[in-house]
Amino acid sequence: MEHFVGQLSIFVLAMFVGFEIITRVPPNLHTPLMSGSNAISGITLVGALALEPITNLGKIFAFLAIALAAINVVGGFLVTHRMLKMFKSKA
Amino acid sequence: MQKYWLDLIYLVASVMFIMGIKGLGHPRTAVHGNFISGMGMLIAIVVTIMDRQILFPAFIGSGLLVGTIIGLVMAVRVELTQMPQLVALFNGFGGAASVLVAGAFIGQQVYLAQPITTQVLIATLASGVIGAVTFFGSLIAFAKLQELMSGNPVKFPGQEFANGIFFVVILGAGTWSLSGSVNPIPVFWILTILSCGFGISIVMPVGGADMPVVIALLNSLSGIAAIAVGFVISNSVLIISGSLVGASGLILTRIMCKAMNRSLTNVMLGLIDVGEVTAGNEIYEGRIKSATADEVALLFDDARRVVVVPGYGLAVAQAQTAMRDLTVLLESRNVLVEFAIHPVAGRMPGHMNVLLADANISYDKLREMDDINPSMEKADIVLVVGANDVVNPVARTDPKSPIAGMPIIDADKARSIVVIKRSLSPGYAGIPNPLFCLDNTLMLFGDANRALLDLVAAIKEL
Repeated sequence: MEHFVGQLSIFVLAMFVGFEIITRVPPNLHTPLMSGSNAISGITLVGALALEPITNLGKIFAFLAIALAAINVVGGFLVTHRMLKMFKSKA
Repeated sequence: MQKYWLDLIYLVASVMFIMGIKGLGHPRTAVHGNFISGMGMLIAIVVTIMDRQILFPAFIGSGLLVGTIIGLVMAVRVELTQMPQLVALFNGFGGAASVLVAGAFIGQQVYLAQPITTQVLIATLASGVIGAVTFFGSLIAFAKLQELMSGNPVKFPGQEFANGIFFVVILGAGTWSLSGSVNPIPVFWILTILSCGFGISIVMPVGGADMPVVIALLNSLSGIAAIAVGFVISNSVLIISGSLVGASGLILTRIMCKAMNRSLTNVMLGLIDVGEVTAGNEIYEGRIKSATADEVALLFDDARRVVVVPGYGLAVAQAQTAMRDLTVLLESRNVLVEFAIHPVAGRMPGHMNVLLADANISYDKLREMDDINPSMEKADIVLVVGANDVVNPVARTDPKSPIAGMPIIDADKARSIVVIKRSLSPGYAGIPNPLFCLDNTLMLFGDANRALLDLVAAIKEL
């Protein structure tokens, strides 16, 4: 239970950090913010990579989870980079 | 590897995500910020693989390879107008991965006859439910945006009732399973399947201009699904990054709702009173001044400050480059050109900014609505391209209108108004726009790209 409460604390504090830093992102960067944070939510990949499946069904699950989360991560960061590169100033 | 080393490296990755998002606070630091987040992710992935007891079995290598290739191809090939559906799809994949990880985990625990604590069981069920809602909700959003199905709100009788039932059953079954006497595996999958239906059912009634809200909400849900998985496998990097994404999605959802003056429930239930479409004819009758590109060009001859209000119609007509050409031409004639961007001008938050940036329009010309509205009276010309409801003054004047109270760009306050539009057909709210028949409004009817190119040619001939 103490372990759980520790994690709960991390969760609540991280939410506050999230609200603080994200309200500072200007509206013109909201699309890259979404695709970039979307890539970060692909962190489920770490969860998928940590699985130690024994059965074949478990291995299929792990494979699918890894593939889907990897699409999320690789695609998300790359497309964000592609968009951010376009934001140029003449000033 | 010692568990604390692993956790310390995860902490480094978490800090890098926070620094990375902080970098997104300014266009100058944004590329670097995104790079830092990406490095954080790479570190987290590498250390997780290194920590495994059975190093690199086939399913890991093949999964990573397949995912990387697909992600790469999608990111390189996508058109920027298609960003909303791409983000929707990626959100969905994240959600699906959460379901699979939670499902695999609980299967493994039962197989090995390991005890499952109540907290972990709750988190596992939550991963299944939220992940499935995210996945199927995102698929529907993708299908709508990609026009694989009608983008309009789709409702069936008793939909709200069905959603209520889904919700109660999911909650009830979840609570019942916590009594400890039931096998958690079937409960997990039954709840997950129910949630698939729930995800479809909540996104179906949302349509058209409300899509940005759904995309933002699904973004938030994909983060919350990652948090839930973090509790399942007790991994703090998942909890922290999931929280950042969850917070980001919630903030954007709120911003989008505010920009339309609607509540989230109102959007999700597809409740918008569509006005009497036919009423338009009476308002417009004999009061519309249609102009040619040459006539409009004369107006630009002695303008000093032009404010462009771009709408999604601009992107649909692929007119961004023509818009850039007009901007360059006007600037060479010493005209100050600015762009007034409404928060919902596009299909996702900030979408219009990306589309204009893609056409090489410098970001410091793009101004936010609240920023530019006070100086609208000083604009010689407001050029409205493919936008409608976001410049409808009725939002300010008529409290009975479906868009009453929605913040708008005060185009009607400018000295002259030029509207480039295909026809007088109403926008998403289905109401006529009195802006089109003001004394100082000229309508330039036609395809936005064609009209802008004609306008550029006509101004060059002045």
